[in-house]
Amino acid sequence: MNPFRKSSLVAASVALAFAATGARAQQEIKIGAIYPLTGPLASSGAEMREALELAADIVNNGAKGVPELPFSAGGGLPGLKGAKIKLVFADHQGNPQVGASEAERLVNQEKVVALIGAYNSNVTQTASQVAERYKIPFLSAESSSPTLTARGFKYFFRTTPHDELFVRNAFEFVKDVEAAKKIKVATMATLAENTLFGNEAAKLQAKYGAEHGYSIVKQVSYPAKTTQLTSEVQTLKAANAQVLLQSSYSEAILSMKTYKELGYLPDMLIANDAGFADTEFTKTLGKDAEYVVSREVWALDLGDRKPIIRKVDDLFRSRNKIDLTGNSARSFTGLMVLADAINRAASTDPEAIRAALAATDIAADKLIMPWKGVKFDATGQNALGAGILVQVRDGQYRTVWPFDLASREVVWPMPRWDARK
Amino acid sequence: MTAELLLQTLASGVLIGLIYALVAIGLTMIFGVMDIVNFAHGEFLMLGMYASFWLFALFALDPLLTLPLTVLMLFALGVLVWKLVIRRIADAPALSQIFTTFGLMLLFRGLAQFFWKPDYRTIEGSLAAGGVQLAGLQLGRPQVIAGLGAIVVTAAVWFFLHRTRLGAALEATASDKEAARLMGIDSHRMFGLAWGIGAACAGAAGGLLSTFFPIFPEVGANFILVAFVVVNLGGFGSVAGAFWAGILVGVIEVMGGLLIGPQYKTAIVLVLFLAVLMFRPQGLMGKTA
Repeated sequence: MNPFRKSSLVAASVALAFAATGARAQQEIKIGAIYPLTGPLASSGAEMREALELAADIVNNGAKGVPELPFSAGGGLPGLKGAKIKLVFADHQGNPQVGASEAERLVNQEKVVALIGAYNSNVTQTASQVAERYKIPFLSAESSSPTLTARGFKYFFRTTPHDELFVRNAFEFVKDVEAAKKIKVATMATLAENTLFGNEAAKLQAKYGAEHGYSIVKQVSYPAKTTQLTSEVQTLKAANAQVLLQSSYSEAILSMKTYKELGYLPDMLIANDAGFADTEFTKTLGKDAEYVVSREVWALDLGDRKPIIRKVDDLFRSRNKIDLTGNSARSFTGLMVLADAINRAASTDPEAIRAALAATDIAADKLIMPWKGVKFDATGQNALGAGILVQVRDGQYRTVWPFDLASREVVWPMPRWDARK
Repeated sequence: MTAELLLQTLASGVLIGLIYALVAIGLTMIFGVMDIVNFAHGEFLMLGMYASFWLFALFALDPLLTLPLTVLMLFALGVLVWKLVIRRIADAPALSQIFTTFGLMLLFRGLAQFFWKPDYRTIEGSLAAGGVQLAGLQLGRPQVIAGLGAIVVTAAVWFFLHRTRLGAALEATASDKEAARLMGIDSHRMFGLAWGIGAACAGAAGGLLSTFFPIFPEVGANFILVAFVVVNLGGFGSVAGAFWAGILVGVIEVMGGLLIGPQYKTAIVLVLFLAVLMFRPQGLMGKTA
């Protein structure tokens, strides 16, 4: 962009801004939203943008059908005399450098009072550094890398649970199943691909497995993009653990085929999302995918037990013709939490908003998430977040844990290959 | 660790090794005749898989029945690639040749992604589906059929090279281009033939793999690294060498994975590869330069 065009654009937007303030009596609260709107993650980015727009629309104009939601009466933020929320979107293209410079632009030129984003953990990392420097609150709604809340930042808040918590959920699930079905699980094994994702998961599983009193009898890692998993599966077969914890991307399908071919099946296979949560997984494997359990952040069938989820999903679908997903549901929740804090702060001063965020206390029944609520600990992490576990039943992922939100009872153990029809 | 487990693993290793061999034979053929390393070879395999997939998805024809058709299609593609692209760089420096076949690789991948999406596809309910019990071993029927198919194709290629006039002409071109030309052999026709057969071998491997391996645009990458190792190990240009080296790599990968640890399986194969390069650079069955 040449300097002349740039300055004329700035002039135009300044003029527009004046025109806007002149025309409306109400104040506008600008919130910067940094998301991957182009590039390989553009389709996820578009869904999250639509969810944020829905949340802003509910705050500004109300949602009569969903009285459980905060601000459902409409009319903006009561704490700020009905001020409306205005989202200013920025595209980070999945690039941490772009994310940082866009954060800089939103803070300095758009004068946003807070930032929300950025989906990709590595972009959240750089963009929130900028926010911290300018003392502007940054709310991370979807990034799940545990390190983000280990940096000692004062202006960083994360509503979503992080990966460590998700890994821990698998063990809590097994504990609950043991109690409910009066069975005893003693041994577990792990299978993980050898990039960062699999290695980290396997390390955490070893740690939390021991903490929960399970013996991890074998930890197998394999090279990503492998052509065969024979020796891996034979090793697992020999180890004969009751539960297999698996972290795989594209090899999820190959592994299931090899299990069947070699007649291997543990009592339960608990997968760590990724390749197992892909729609291709159930589509490709058909009935061989049945009974596999995977961790998830969210599922639409949570709405069976929590009607607020169905209602918000109906609103979302009527606007965008698609259902909410784990990503868009978390974006929606993130903006609602931010709006709640700004409202309680009754001010656009970032310092006051920070203090209000730190004092957040939202009950579970006001959320479309399977969480126990929203309350930030000293690191800025939501201490009440939780994941869910889903099981493939009739080709669909059904919530089976936590039990009070389950739409189906878990089938445990998985039926043997030769006992299926 | 029981004897049964070892035998079972050994059998799995031989079966995957036969597939490696089939992919590598096509690669070694093109190299042997033309001295060109075909980086797009994995993509021939991928296209063979997609050919089987679409014949199955659109016309409900089983990959085993359409295997001859897949092989023919890939043969034609190989000849076409030679005529349109490779012929022009036949005498170009090696670097240009490498970039050309590398470019072809990217092109085929990109086209596959564009037309068929990056989704994973599989062929469900093929004639080959199921398992077989063999002397107490439990093996996947698709793998057994693929292994047998690989043996048949390799034998056919070997027979063609060593027992037919055309094959002899191809061999002659491979060993000495100039001398063959002086004997009245049209070397350009032989190059085209080598590309056709090379691609057809990859197509056959793709068709056989499609009954049990997921099909996606990047699938060639999973196999091509192993194929290069096999070609080197067997000796550049040696069909029989590639065959035995393929089986050897398959067995070492699987047994090494079981006995030493699955995380090292690729490393074990590559260490062996380095050892061969150091102590027997012409490969197990290659001719000394």
